Amino acid sequence: MFGDISLTQFIFGRLTWEAIPYHEPILVVTFAVVALGGLAILGLITKFKLWGYLWNEWFTSVDHKKIGIMYIILAIIMLLRGFADAIMMRIQQAIAFNGNEGYLNPHHYDQIFTAHGVIMIFFVAMPFVTGFMNYVVPLQIGARDVSFPFLNNFSFWMTTAGAVIIMMSLFVGEFARTGWLAYPPLSGADYSPGVGVDYYIWGLQVAGVGTTLSGINLIATIVKMRAPGMTFMKMPIFTWTSLCTNILIVATFPILTATLALLSLDRYVDTNFFTNDLGGNPMMYINLIWIWGHPEVYILVLPAFGIFSEVVATFSGKRLFGYASMVYATCVIMILSYLVWLHHFFTMGSGASVNAFFGITTMIISIPTGAKMFNWLFTMYRGRIRYEVPMLWTIGFMVTFVIGGMTGVMLAIPPADFVLHNSLFLIAHFHNVIIGGVLFGLMAGVVYWFPKAFGYKLDPFWGKMSFWFWQIGFFFAFMPLYVLGLMGVTRRVSQFEDPSLQIWFIIAAFGAALIAIGIASFIIQLVVSYLKRDQLRCDTGDPWNGRTLEWSTSSPPPDYNFAFTPVVHDHDSWYDMKNRGYERPLEGFKPIHMPKNTGTGVILSGISIVLAFALIWYIWWLAAVAFIALIAVSIAHTFNYDRDFFIPAETVTATEDARTKLLAERT
Amino acid sequence: MSATQVQETEKPQFYLTEDHHPENSTNLGFWLYLMSDCLIFAVLFATHGVLGRNYAAGPSPADLFDLNLVAINTALLLFSSITYGFAMLQMERGAKMETLVWLGITGLFGAAFLAVEIYEFHHLIAEGAGPTRSAFLSSFFTLVGTHGLHVTFGLIWLVTLMVQVSKRGLIPENRRRLMCLSMFWHFLDVIWIGVFSFVYLLGVLG
Amino acid sequence: MPKQFSLASRFTVFALMLATLSGCDLVVMSPSGDIAAQQRDLIVISTILMLVIIIPVIFLTLFFAWRYRQSNTAAKYDPEWHHSTGLEVVIWSAPLAIIIALGAITWVSTHKLDPYRPLDRIDAARPVTEEMKPITVEVVALDWKWLFFYPDYGIATVNEMAAPVDVPINFKLTASSVMNSFYIPALAGMIYTMPGMETKLHAVINKPGEYDGLSSNFSGDGFSHMRFKFHGVDQAGFDAWVARVKQNGTALNRDAYLKLEKPSAKEPVRYFATVDDGLYEAVLNMCVREGQMCMKDMMHIDMMGGGGKDSHDNKERLRHDDRFVSEARPKSDIPVEQLVASLEQDICRTEPGEALTLDADGKLPATEFMKYSPRATQ
Repeated sequence: MFGDISLTQFIFGRLTWEAIPYHEPILVVTFAVVALGGLAILGLITKFKLWGYLWNEWFTSVDHKKIGIMYIILAIIMLLRGFADAIMMRIQQAIAFNGNEGYLNPHHYDQIFTAHGVIMIFFVAMPFVTGFMNYVVPLQIGARDVSFPFLNNFSFWMTTAGAVIIMMSLFVGEFARTGWLAYPPLSGADYSPGVGVDYYIWGLQVAGVGTTLSGINLIATIVKMRAPGMTFMKMPIFTWTSLCTNILIVATFPILTATLALLSLDRYVDTNFFTNDLGGNPMMYINLIWIWGHPEVYILVLPAFGIFSEVVATFSGKRLFGYASMVYATCVIMILSYLVWLHHFFTMGSGASVNAFFGITTMIISIPTGAKMFNWLFTMYRGRIRYEVPMLWTIGFMVTFVIGGMTGVMLAIPPADFVLHNSLFLIAHFHNVIIGGVLFGLMAGVVYWFPKAFGYKLDPFWGKMSFWFWQIGFFFAFMPLYVLGLMGVTRRVSQFEDPSLQIWFIIAAFGAALIAIGIASFIIQLVVSYLKRDQLRCDTGDPWNGRTLEWSTSSPPPDYNFAFTPVVHDHDSWYDMKNRGYERPLEGFKPIHMPKNTGTGVILSGISIVLAFALIWYIWWLAAVAFIALIAVSIAHTFNYDRDFFIPAETVTATEDARTKLLAERT
Repeated sequence: MSATQVQETEKPQFYLTEDHHPENSTNLGFWLYLMSDCLIFAVLFATHGVLGRNYAAGPSPADLFDLNLVAINTALLLFSSITYGFAMLQMERGAKMETLVWLGITGLFGAAFLAVEIYEFHHLIAEGAGPTRSAFLSSFFTLVGTHGLHVTFGLIWLVTLMVQVSKRGLIPENRRRLMCLSMFWHFLDVIWIGVFSFVYLLGVLG
Repeated sequence: MPKQFSLASRFTVFALMLATLSGCDLVVMSPSGDIAAQQRDLIVISTILMLVIIIPVIFLTLFFAWRYRQSNTAAKYDPEWHHSTGLEVVIWSAPLAIIIALGAITWVSTHKLDPYRPLDRIDAARPVTEEMKPITVEVVALDWKWLFFYPDYGIATVNEMAAPVDVPINFKLTASSVMNSFYIPALAGMIYTMPGMETKLHAVINKPGEYDGLSSNFSGDGFSHMRFKFHGVDQAGFDAWVARVKQNGTALNRDAYLKLEKPSAKEPVRYFATVDDGLYEAVLNMCVREGQMCMKDMMHIDMMGGGGKDSHDNKERLRHDDRFVSEARPKSDIPVEQLVASLEQDICRTEPGEALTLDADGKLPATEFMKYSPRATQ
């Protein structure tokens, strides 16, 4: 193996100048923009001497609130990348007709649709959801942090490392050209010999470590750290959906890890798991990846359901209708999500009974989902609905999501799926549920919890702009895809022959442009709100007349969340407290035991990036060094026993007194 | 969960004036980790179930496996679990030296297990029955090798803990860590029993 | 105010769509084959069934959103109302009822429209009779073109297919390298084509015409152009087509196939007037190249307990995925047939009491071979 290898090859593996895509103008410009933007940000940070602040207060922080915010920032940055991919595809498909090859050759186009899927699921939706769970769950259950604060920081940085690895593929080498689930044999060494699939594998593996650990962390937190009196059936719905989501994460991500590990063995050491020859079986990969892949959909959508439940109850000024059935529905969805994976490949030739079984289990999921929909509906019934921005997203969701649900049930009927599978109808369906369900929920969540995190509301005008452009843009972008699907047009095609299709793709591109305005409005909303923060300030900590415990503390909450651990008596405990004359404690504060910040997470994540890079480019010596470093740093970390400290009672008293003064001024 | 009893009165108590000490989550967290690891093995077992008879016109378990060697290996690992148990008993008594001695013996058994496994792998590869020969051998090497990697990490962890116990004694943090490694070590034992029965015994006899 | 805007905008969207829809060809909704037509019916029935619940939900959402807005103080406000057993029963049982109906439809239709099931009708009015002889088409998805064998006629074509109307078509499908999906929207639903495995599809075309066929599962660079024309023609037209292929075609032997198999996109239509015996079988078994061991022989050997320790040569014979590896592969001197035969005689390798029954040619019966169809593995 090492027989006739040159020194350059030894040092750089298969990395050569050819790997830098300087001959691709699109990428060069992108790189220039990213590099200049990055330098500008780094320059500004240096100029304002923010490095120390960022390192001490954010990067090394084990505070669940800061980690939650960092997750969401990561998700928003990656959303811009993923959406840039989307708009490039829409433009390509709108112009590549009548022999016009468009501006993207297949080599480029195939990378873009793969990257779009991977980024949107793994590095937008996942960090977004995890960010919310991190930020909100401990506050909702009256805890001071998660069970394992260091692990939380480490998880975040591993997710970020995964994102960095994926982003690197844009400028060094290439990304996978296989579709977001990288089915073998196409993704095997024989049919995808380049670095693309390796970037895909290591990006997901590194991020997957973070996701699994954060799932374990949040389950332990919810099970063990709830405030006294908060029985399982008194937990806020968002906490319930988070619990189910994290159970799904822990019970499925290892499957993804193992499956990708087998694929990488096939690629790196020439084993025969998913090859055509020597007894391999590619169908097994497809089964395994969807045993993870289908629950993944519910990992994303359940927390969004939780957000809608909180929002609809708060803004209707009413207790959530059917709390118990909401909880049962969530659990039923969680369990059923394991029994439906085969509906992603009805067309692989399974027997009729197998297909019918998985089709029917899929449909059964729509029963609890339907029940949830009715619960939200009857929460609005006899309410007093305030049309703040989060509520707009919720109504938009309810109308949009049911359409996606309906087309989903159509796809669950195997013979109907035979004509709709892999078509643009399918694409429209899952964007309908992921945008209309997950993304709308996350946007509602941002507006809903932003004042909690930063102490001022988001500007409602730009919030409404964002909502309407997203909502209308969504219909323009995806309704044409439903039609195209019924015209027999399938996915992942970069050039078309039939000119009658073009008008639909142009409408879809127009819709994507509207969504772009929606995203821009969202960014503008953040900037405008920051500039107008004094007008939008809400010091009470309870800007929406909320119902759950996170609204009982200040905005932003102190490091320790609650000076005294709350005691829970009923659902919607903060509403209950307000109703029954709760008085904020003003004295008797005690020192509070808290975990210390640590930089180990950042370091381990950095080494993981190096390790992944070395493995992708076959730089074996560097891989060995990085691997040993990873082990050494982990072990060294365990020799540090000095991991916690006490916030002195005086500091707590000072913080709480300041709030007392502020509240007195406001009333 | 907490022992605090909530009294329902006219104006209930809405917060604790005393410090709240939630139950320690480490055991639960580590269990969850083990279950997630167990799923990785589940995937590997399932893969072996599907591919275990795809010999690609090559050697089969009956041609390759030496059950005596595997029996010795199984015994080594089972003994290491017992000696780990002794280490934990000594830890309960607070006897630092004895704990360390039993941990050392556990480590020796573990290392011997690994040595036998490496010998077996080397022997198979020398015979031309390496992981690239057939899907059966790919899944065999991956399943058994993943278990072996876990044992290797267990050993590194064990040595680290021995250093930490000898430096700091049986302080609560170290006891907690020993408890976690104990669960991990026994877990590997359980997995090995699966490997021994499904891969080796069923492969050769079934 | 925003609410009205929303309704108006949505109405405009739908109106616009309906207007444009009338001018386009929704092939999935108006197919020309009986199977696709039955699949279309399922889409329609399920949509109607679900609209029974979807429309009220959308209506109620918008109605409640409007009725219980904050400014409408006339509406009843009951902040504590959060439970109603009767209502809960309804909201669980209404979707349940729909799903029971849909589930029953699913079970029946999935069996009836199973692509592996031979047809029992030509269309709603005409059952398949004894006299109707189905036509067999063997399909191979290559990188990135389609190869069609017509074993009944001894011909083959690339990127063009024809079939007589109202005659059942039995498709057998496989692929040479990666997974594709065979889809003629006007004819019937799609089915995956996978290397080393065979899937099946039964369909019939009822109206003459020229239809689009394509691969619907991404398979690499040339995927976008992996399309072909499917001609539904009457019997005379079909005979003429066959004659044309025979007249204009070249010979498809193993060498020609191996050249054809190499990756290429936008391939023109090609005709082959003669086809080597057993070429499709060889493609399916991944043993077109000289010296390769066929999958069925490999499985045969594996069923008998493997090839033993001294079977290193077999590894190279089973190499198939080597598009980017050097052409030259070491070859073994012993012919495969001899190797298999020698193993067959080695009765020690079979378990006592489960001796294999071989057919007259000394091969495994077809049922054993089915082990490698996806259906058996699922």
